[in-house]
Amino acid sequence: MLSFLLRRLGDVIPTFFGVTILVFLMVHLIPSDPIEMLAGERSVEPERYAELQKQYGFDKPLVVQYLNYLGGVLQGDLGKSYVTKRPVIEEFAVLFPATVELSLMGILFAISIGLPLGVIAAMKRGKWLDHLTMSLSLTGYSMPIFWWALLLIMFFSTTLGWTPVSGRLSVMYFFEPVTGFMLIDSLLSGQEGAFSSALSHLILPTIVLGTIPMAVIARMTRSSMLEVLGEEYIRVARAKGLAPMRVIMVHALRNALIPVITVIGLQVGVLFAGAILTETIFAWPGIGKWIVEALNRRDYPTIQGGILMIAFVVMAVNLFVDLMYGVINPRIRHKR
Amino acid sequence: MKANFVKVALGAGLLAATALAAPTAASAKTMVYCSEGSPEGFNPSLYTSGTTFDASSRQIYNRLVQFKRGTTTIVPGLATSWDVSADGTEYTFNLREGVKFHTTDDFTPTRDFNADDVIYTFMRQFDKEHPYHGVSGGSYEYFNAMSMPDLVKDIVKVDDYTVKFVLNRPEAPFIANMAMDFASVLSAEYADKMMEAGTPETVDLNPVGTGPFQRVQYQKDAVIRYKAFPEYWEGKAAIDNLIFAITPDSTVRYQKLKAGECHVMPYPNPADLTEMEADADINLLSQEGLNVGYLGYNTQKEPFTDPKVRKALNMAINKDAIIEGVYQGAGSAAKNPIPPTIWSYNNDTVDDPYDPEAAKAMLAEAGYPDGFTTDIWAMPVQRPYNPNARRMAELVQADWAAIGVNAEIVSYEWGEYLERTKKGEQGTFMLGWTGDNGDPDNFLAVLLGCDAVGGSNRAQWCNEEFDNLVQQAKTTSDVLERTRLYEEAQVVFKREAPWATIAHSIVFEPVRNEVVDYKIDPFGGHIFYGVDLAQ
Repeated sequence: MLSFLLRRLGDVIPTFFGVTILVFLMVHLIPSDPIEMLAGERSVEPERYAELQKQYGFDKPLVVQYLNYLGGVLQGDLGKSYVTKRPVIEEFAVLFPATVELSLMGILFAISIGLPLGVIAAMKRGKWLDHLTMSLSLTGYSMPIFWWALLLIMFFSTTLGWTPVSGRLSVMYFFEPVTGFMLIDSLLSGQEGAFSSALSHLILPTIVLGTIPMAVIARMTRSSMLEVLGEEYIRVARAKGLAPMRVIMVHALRNALIPVITVIGLQVGVLFAGAILTETIFAWPGIGKWIVEALNRRDYPTIQGGILMIAFVVMAVNLFVDLMYGVINPRIRHKR
Repeated sequence: MKANFVKVALGAGLLAATALAAPTAASAKTMVYCSEGSPEGFNPSLYTSGTTFDASSRQIYNRLVQFKRGTTTIVPGLATSWDVSADGTEYTFNLREGVKFHTTDDFTPTRDFNADDVIYTFMRQFDKEHPYHGVSGGSYEYFNAMSMPDLVKDIVKVDDYTVKFVLNRPEAPFIANMAMDFASVLSAEYADKMMEAGTPETVDLNPVGTGPFQRVQYQKDAVIRYKAFPEYWEGKAAIDNLIFAITPDSTVRYQKLKAGECHVMPYPNPADLTEMEADADINLLSQEGLNVGYLGYNTQKEPFTDPKVRKALNMAINKDAIIEGVYQGAGSAAKNPIPPTIWSYNNDTVDDPYDPEAAKAMLAEAGYPDGFTTDIWAMPVQRPYNPNARRMAELVQADWAAIGVNAEIVSYEWGEYLERTKKGEQGTFMLGWTGDNGDPDNFLAVLLGCDAVGGSNRAQWCNEEFDNLVQQAKTTSDVLERTRLYEEAQVVFKREAPWATIAHSIVFEPVRNEVVDYKIDPFGGHIFYGVDLAQ
């Protein structure tokens, strides 16, 4: 198991360096000028321009800029935002828990709805229930996030008044964040109603963010289940007279889960991508929205730092998923 | 499976019930403003965006002189009066006594506002050796943009309640500059204390001002909380708490306004305006903006070196169609380079009529009977002065095609666009301007002066007659004389036509009915002192 772990870790390191180069080049090769953007219609004097170039290090060759950047990254310094002048890592730390909270809820929603849907569809293959669940999941998969979110807001928040429109907590509650996770902080605050306010603010963004992964998981579960259900050992189990539910849950589902877990691991990337739009619409103070804003303002250190951190998280999750296979399926960890 | 279903259903029911019980924005005297984004920081001298000014200078701080709310008129602020020397190079400000600074977790003031605070505020920006100059990135873009480093010679403390600004040359717009956000006065005592503690940047993060509201909490991208400062020198604000609920999407802001989750929202989506107007709970305020959207000609590039060509093209543009199609009616045709809300606006100038036949004839007269080929640069961003440059470019393209001028529409990424137009790579281009300080100089000299060629004068237009008038107006503080000079400058502008002035846009701001006495700020700010909530 240890060598398996080391092998996987070894794969991560070059990927990490690759990401730093890619992100750095991507950001610096966009034809744009952050200094001009900062000045806008008003334009800067040439002397001031030169001064700012020096201040931001743009006067040095790209390679030197990269090496400086990499040196900082290796020491845990992602630079300072051009816009807020604050350390990127500090801003990331403040906003990240909000994204994690939303993503966890999103994936929880996706699994708890998608998995049973997939199983039902497989069990009722070709029947109307199968068609229904699969068309539902196709609809979910093709739904533009932006439109879906606004539709939900207009119906549940504005028309029915059941859920708040946006944000993480009603503005009437006021306490300093402790963990950054609103569900936990609202409980810790001891203020009456704060927790349910936090929970109610999570409903719509969770549904919006979880819809696409839910659809993917449902479809994956269905096809994986169908494959397993056709296996001989299932027929044997049925022939032995085992209860149909036991065959499905114990014999089929467990074996069908491996590809599903892979897909769930991959959904983390999808969740972060989805978080960008979801956070913007629901005014959710997370990193998705933060990076979009940084992109619009060509705030290089924030874009680079933000993407790097996300890449890091996605790599960590995938590493975890890989290790999970090893746990579930011994054949994988003993390979090679 | 069944159990799962029941859980989900139960959960949904519970949440729906709690949502109903959740408090709304209607609690007593707490005003909720759905702002469009997070501020860059809380020291307005370090930043340039309106979002930052809304969150800082406009609630937390004061300036020596200020704009009367809802107007561009300058009134006393932290200075009760000021004198200008006969040669116009010395401005002496008499400071207000008994003004208190906010008390925060980091700082308890031991003295009232005085001259030291003014000296600290400006020397920090002006003097590169000042211990605070480099703190928090140390770039003072507005101070620089208003040419303050060249203009100011010295800032002198005469006594505790008198400060003198010595200038290198007479400059009438100086007093208007002093009312701008970058001139917000910070506490020198707080700065000293934080420097001693080794955390100077705290001054810019946790603001201490003299303004009507003091900041209580800021959570990036989520919320900013303020409470009314009880010892505010103009009297405590009518509302007790002010909350900025940061909501970047305009459609969502509107939904929040409808649901009563906020009282005021900025920048509504033009498509929502009709519905807002019909909504009985919402009061849709509107006012002509302090801006101008224009199409500029590169006057150093053939054939735009000839005023006749520029005039001809102006006459070919159907402005009414643009105002309908691009501004969706929320704009008024512009004839001068300054908006009518600015003093010295010359109402006697005559706009170039929309007359394609006459345009064609004039083009022939200029030596282009068959027209020519050129480009129209369209900005890639949306601005209040031009909500859709691409669409505008298409309309102009069609208008010009009718007189034989074939124009290709060109666009670049915003930073690139700004840089290239500055260098003069364009034939014709779209841009605009929103006023900073309500002084005509802020439009005429900044955008059309000879000094600004290669900078913000992207038409690259340097006309001696025009420039003399504008420069002369700068050096006299007699408002009547200045008005006369600017009016004349506008006549020259019309005659020479370096731009096709397109429109001044109308600013809309929906507020809920319970909001009392909210005024649209001509500078695009959002100011909550003086606003009340009906119970």
